[in-house]
Amino acid sequence: MTQLALVIDLNVCVGCHACVTSCKEWNTSGAAGPLCDENPYGADPTGTFLNRVQTFEVGQYPNTETVHFPKSCLHCEDPPCVPVCPTGASYKRKQDGIVLVDYDKCIGCKYCTWACPYGAREIDEKQKVMKKCTLCVDRIYDTSLAEIDRKPSCVKACPTSARLFGDIHDSESAVSQAIRENGGYALMPEWGTHPANHYLPRRKTHLKIHEDELERADNPLKVDGKLPKPSKSEPTLDDVTSW
Amino acid sequence: MNPALSVIFLTTLIGIGQGLFLALFTQQSYALFDLLPHQDARFYGWGSLLALLFTMAGLVASFFHLGRPERAWRSAAQWRTSWLSREVIVLPAFMGILFLYGASHLSGLDPVLVTLPSGLGINATVILGGIATMLAFALFVSTGMIYACLRFLQEWHTPLTVINFILLGGASGFTLATLYAAILAPAQTGFLGGWAIIITLLGLLGRSSSLWRNARLRPKSTLQTAIGIKHPRIVQTAQGAMGGSFSTREFFHGKKASFLHAIKPAFMVLAFGIPLPLLLISMSQPSVWLLGAIFILQYTGLLAERWFFFAEANHPQNLYYQTIG
Ligand code: SF4
Ligand code: SF4
Repeated sequence: MTQLALVIDLNVCVGCHACVTSCKEWNTSGAAGPLCDENPYGADPTGTFLNRVQTFEVGQYPNTETVHFPKSCLHCEDPPCVPVCPTGASYKRKQDGIVLVDYDKCIGCKYCTWACPYGAREIDEKQKVMKKCTLCVDRIYDTSLAEIDRKPSCVKACPTSARLFGDIHDSESAVSQAIRENGGYALMPEWGTHPANHYLPRRKTHLKIHEDELERADNPLKVDGKLPKPSKSEPTLDDVTSW
Repeated sequence: MNPALSVIFLTTLIGIGQGLFLALFTQQSYALFDLLPHQDARFYGWGSLLALLFTMAGLVASFFHLGRPERAWRSAAQWRTSWLSREVIVLPAFMGILFLYGASHLSGLDPVLVTLPSGLGINATVILGGIATMLAFALFVSTGMIYACLRFLQEWHTPLTVINFILLGGASGFTLATLYAAILAPAQTGFLGGWAIIITLLGLLGRSSSLWRNARLRPKSTLQTAIGIKHPRIVQTAQGAMGGSFSTREFFHGKKASFLHAIKPAFMVLAFGIPLPLLLISMSQPSVWLLGAIFILQYTGLLAERWFFFAEANHPQNLYYQTIG
């Protein structure tokens, strides 16, 4: 069994909304048609987004902390939004656990949004069908993309690598390790929805130094060091040259 | 939640239709056992067509709730898991049998199909009426369960939701039946009026219990569980949209708390407080005008009740949408 999911690291999210814009860009340009906006440049702009970044202030001044909190469909393992759908437009894929909406079947009754405790679904007010995060199902299996690009658009866009993507049922995957080692948790566990997406809490920041940062690969001194070195017995330049 | 007019009208109108039919068939069942005089076929026939009109009006209202009404037929697909799908199947089934029931009365095509050992003949309309009764209850249960099955909406997640759908639909239907009888069969006004009083009283009891229950609910979800940070003081400073979103429109009723407080006693008075004594009065002095006024007042009260039913429900997603930013 595979359950693809995002793991979102609240420790490094800086609230830049890069994931929001890249999600919107990718999903408004796809075969399923645009994610419609209304009055995008007017006084009261509103639109369909599959991912939003919210901000919370935790604590009492002056001991406060600002937490940026990206939120999209959590691809629950026991999704309450699926069985309530009268048309079968909402479904959870067996092969990878992604929860999707079939836009050709949806009648826009909005019942599924009532059944999602996270407010993760938004109706497209122009197309009148339900929209939600697809985990970029149209990217991650696209063999015409380079292997490294077969990730959700938001994951690719995040400048701080706050978003990890992978199979949480594979205990060796990077996401499983991140959840295990960094206290990853699910939202609103009280409803038994078993969200696949997890969040990593604020924690002590560890500086990660890569090998090539300790010793610069392109250090000019090192480059010199790679020049041929004559052995001790060989005549030196002074021996063979009269200046 | 943000109450949608389409759903308010759907649930209240079909409730009247179901209740009216149940009232007519109750009278017919009594008459079958000679407890009441059997009425003219037109009494049952036109009455069930009136009930059909109400359910049709409800059905029309429901289409305004759909983004893609042209695909409505698809919604019968998931009856195994979805109460909404079950309602979509049971509603037309009820309407169909209700039509046959009325047509059978009006056309006079009402043969005795079975004769009981006691010699009692069971007519086609009795069998059709029996089926329609089961469907009427199945419809009440489906409609109620659409809301009662959503465990996050703690205000709705109780058997009282289904019970109240039955009682309130029944109350308005029996009140209409009393009015109908006052016009067509004045001798039956007392019988139907008596039932209207009983069901309205039970409705008062049921609705008061759910109001009492809901006033004591403790929300299971908090901002702490919503974002998974265990700190007693968390305030939202931005919700990711400046101009509102579907999540702010669908789940907030947009009225002041004072409005919510005012509508509660208002619907209790309109739906139960005024109709009950007036129904009692009309038991001794049946008057079409008075009964008409009772029906309209009660229905207005039930519309307000249904509005409040939706508005009162506090969806946990609202935790994520508190501050525009
Ligand atoms: S987050 Fe909401 S929409 Fe997504 S799977 Fe869970 S319940 Fe369904
Ligand atoms: S809005 Fe669409 S996906 Fe949601 S329950 Fe209705 S038909 Fe299903």
